[in-house]
Amino acid sequence: MKPSGNILFCGVGGQGILLASEITAFALLASGLDAKKSEVHGMAQRGGSVVAHLRYGKKVYSPLIDPGQADFSVAFETMEAVRYLPFLHKGSKVIVNTHQIPPPIVATGKMVYPADLLAELTSRGITVYPLDGFSIAKGVGEVRTANLVLVGALSTFLPVTEEVFLDVLKKRIPKKLEENIAAFKEGRKITA
Amino acid sequence: MTKVSAKNKQWLSGNEAIARGAWEAGVTVASGYPGTPSTEILENLCTYDDVYTEWAPNEKVALEVGLGASFAGARVLVTMKHVGLNVAADPLFTAAYTGVRGGIVIITADDPEMHSSQNEQDNRNYAFAAKLPMLEPSDPAEALEMLKEAFAISEEFDTPVLLRTTTRVAHVKGMVPTGKRKKGPVAVAIEKMPAKFVMLPGNARVRRRAIAERMARLSTYVESFSGNRVEKGDKKLGFITGGISYLYVKEAFPKASVLKIATTWPLPFNLIRDFAGQVDELIIVEELDPFLEIHIKAKGIACTGKEKIPAMGELNPFIIKKALGLESGEVFAPVDIPPRPPNLCPGCPHRGFFYSLAQLDVFISGDIGCYTLGFLPPLSAMDSCVCMGASIGVAHGMDKALGEQGKGKTVAVIGDSTFMHSGITGLINMVYNKSVSTVIILDNRITAMTGHQPNPASGNTLMGEPANTINLEELCRAIGVKHVRTVNPHDIKESKKVLQEEIERPETSVIIAQAPCILLPEERRRPKTPLAVALDKCTGCTSCLRLGCPAISWVPLTAAEAKKLGKKEKQKGYSRISLEMCNGCGQCLAVCKFKAIGKAEDNK
Repeated sequence: MKPSGNILFCGVGGQGILLASEITAFALLASGLDAKKSEVHGMAQRGGSVVAHLRYGKKVYSPLIDPGQADFSVAFETMEAVRYLPFLHKGSKVIVNTHQIPPPIVATGKMVYPADLLAELTSRGITVYPLDGFSIAKGVGEVRTANLVLVGALSTFLPVTEEVFLDVLKKRIPKKLEENIAAFKEGRKITA
Repeated sequence: MTKVSAKNKQWLSGNEAIARGAWEAGVTVASGYPGTPSTEILENLCTYDDVYTEWAPNEKVALEVGLGASFAGARVLVTMKHVGLNVAADPLFTAAYTGVRGGIVIITADDPEMHSSQNEQDNRNYAFAAKLPMLEPSDPAEALEMLKEAFAISEEFDTPVLLRTTTRVAHVKGMVPTGKRKKGPVAVAIEKMPAKFVMLPGNARVRRRAIAERMARLSTYVESFSGNRVEKGDKKLGFITGGISYLYVKEAFPKASVLKIATTWPLPFNLIRDFAGQVDELIIVEELDPFLEIHIKAKGIACTGKEKIPAMGELNPFIIKKALGLESGEVFAPVDIPPRPPNLCPGCPHRGFFYSLAQLDVFISGDIGCYTLGFLPPLSAMDSCVCMGASIGVAHGMDKALGEQGKGKTVAVIGDSTFMHSGITGLINMVYNKSVSTVIILDNRITAMTGHQPNPASGNTLMGEPANTINLEELCRAIGVKHVRTVNPHDIKESKKVLQEEIERPETSVIIAQAPCILLPEERRRPKTPLAVALDKCTGCTSCLRLGCPAISWVPLTAAEAKKLGKKEKQKGYSRISLEMCNGCGQCLAVCKFKAIGKAEDNK
């Protein structure tokens, strides 16, 4: 497993992207790595497209992932996985929540939600791991754990042991810890 | 920088690190006005013990509060976004003359790329123009350390100090060594120093010379300032850079020689000249204006800057490499997919008002806040937006220019916090100079866009104490507005009627559209009655969709599907309301002519 890498978290404002990236950052730090994370606040939220950059390694300088340099993308919404394509490269791994949230222009019937979006990624040599985060979250008894399913799916690719991740979850998740751990483990199964 | 053990390190954003640094530096008073990317500094600092923190109504007041606290001997932090420093520029330029007693540091958080701003001005120019020292950290750890040094400089050189961050310093998280709190060195007391604090021309002329002497001393000081450092590497290529750009250069050219500048003003020109002499080619990498470049070139030092490095937007390692011809720049092109701009929340009270406004033939002079999103389709209800408070002056100016043809054609739309910030003076002008425009105050009780900071109309303070709530209606009457009406913006029918009446009135009038932001904690806790569309009644007229509510979406139908549902074959689709997203505000219910919308429990 590479000791350095770049992870892009993307989705729609309010989906729990910041918590997911925060948990991942803590797990990397607890594994003795350096990390930096860049977020967006303010106007970029309010239901708009949201992205966070997380970089890790022995020593991290820039907090931003360069175009073409994201090793992993964790997409909380299908269309958002494709929006940030310029950050990906052939061989990137993309974990996609198959949930679809229509943006206003689609909701008002002016445009349609594109079909076959994931083919835009696979046809370029990107490996895609689609998962239905909400169904899995419902299955573990807490619908708001979809973000942990995604983190779980990502976790198998990172230089972090499952124990370290579980330790971070115990320290950082204030409520419904059992359900969150179950969601995380379900996510791991998808990519293990 | 001192070495610390892992347990003294914290994972902090630049803004959290600045708050921590202020606390460690012994700051006892802090004031500011919210603005991305600066807001979280005071939101964090208010959680520390022994610091008085407040939101001022605007940045000018915040800086004046800061000066007063400094005159009393306290260490003071004043925070604002880049455009906020324009508002505070008046006290800023003269604060350079008065100097300080307790140290004062002013944070200017700039927003290259305009993630959440109306312009991308480069506030390094303020340091030069106001003759003030400016420091620039590259990451959260440096932000904490540099802030403490900034306080020492402020007291040693008797000057306010500017500390500039940008979005990628303020909103970046990294590991930060933390320390203990130390008391500021100045005794807090009334000490009258009129020759320094009373800026009459006679005193100011003396202080003007003091500034020149101070800058000369600072110019020597920065030559040995530890934050300005040479990182020796390949001598062919040398970079001078600072702030976030330093990290991009290190990422892009790990082997190059680098002179990292921490003191953006004054610059260590001897250090720069020495460094220039040691490398074959000197390149200046900085975001936005050629600030370092202009001042370095003015000293006769040859360098390459903006002829290669972009002067607009944010940089990153990729852009720098590409600009210097070291990157092919070939990456996947974006795929053409529907855009996803931010939107007013489901149940937002602003939406109903914009819906009514958009139907009137008027020029809508807008302002800065969540409600600027009223510009976006399908509401498309904003015709101008310039800066905080501008809506009122702009409406009045249009009214005066248009004369007769403008009667009943101009309105200003402004939020409660923005009205407190700089709308009141504009309204005074309207009354005084007999405007016939109408001002609409969208009063949702909070500064919503930046994440719910209280303001003088909210009823509580940053520190969580109950406070006086300004009565906007009484305030407008006291100014001299004779026609002030308060409406519930969720009541679309009534709002529209009041709007029409007040716009037609040939006098200054104010409409206060009052309903709390639906994201306020008490609103979130309020039980909701979600609405739903009765499929049999929906004719697909799309009236409700023109509200642009995220909870309402369009379901297209083919002729066969329409027929199967018992509808006319020409009906192209119907509306659906998301049960999870609907707040039950009732705006869509009011605009549906076919009574197709009702309580979800009745419309199953």
